[in-house]
Amino acid sequence: MAMNKAQKRYNGSVLFLMVGYALILFGVVAYNNNHPLHGPLGYLAGVMPALPVIGVFFVMGRYLVEETDEYLRAQAAQQSLIATGITLSIATAWGFLENFSLVPHIYAYYAAIVWFAALGIGRCFMTLLAREESA
Amino acid sequence: MKNRLRVLRAERAWSQQDLAERLEVSRQSVNAIETGRYDPSLPLAFRIADLFDMPIEAIFHNPSKEP
Repeated sequence: MAMNKAQKRYNGSVLFLMVGYALILFGVVAYNNNHPLHGPLGYLAGVMPALPVIGVFFVMGRYLVEETDEYLRAQAAQQSLIATGITLSIATAWGFLENFSLVPHIYAYYAAIVWFAALGIGRCFMTLLAREESA
Repeated sequence: MKNRLRVLRAERAWSQQDLAERLEVSRQSVNAIETGRYDPSLPLAFRIADLFDMPIEAIFHNPSKEP
C-alpha cells in the first residue's frame, strides 16, 4: 500500500526516534552502572531516554495536523482515542489495586508502553470493524 | 450515508484507485465512503460532486428523507 507524504514523514520520524531511544537508553544505563546518576546532571541524564518517547507523541500529533486525507486522519484520531482510553483505564485500575497492595508497584513509564500497545489494538479493532461493515 | 459513488465510478470504468487519484485521497477513503462507513466532509463531498458534474444530493442520499 502506497504511503502519502504525511505517513512517510511519520514513519521516518518514529524510526529515527526509536533508534535514538535505544541508543540513549543503552548509553544512560551503561553510564549509570559505572557512575550512579546524581545531582542536576543526573536528573538530566535520567530524563534523556524519555525524550525520544515524548517525541513520538509529538510526531503523532504532527501527523494528525499534516494528514490531508480526512478519512485517514479520522482513523488515526480514533485510534489514539482508543489507545488513550485503554491506557487511562488500566492506569486507574492498577493505581487502585496498588493502593490496596494487591498488585506490585510499576514504573509510570509503563503507561507509554501500554499506550503504544493499545494503539496497535485500536488499529486491529478498527480494521476488523471495517471488514465486518464492508461484508 | 448511502450514496451512488460505486455506480457512478463503474459507469466510467474507474477503479477505486482511479477515483482516489482524481480526488487526491487514499483508496481506503473511497472504499469507506462507497460502503457508507465514512461520511465525507462538505468540501470533499463538493469535490466528488464537481468530479461527476452532478449536485451533491444526486450522489449522496439525504438520510432525513429516507423511509
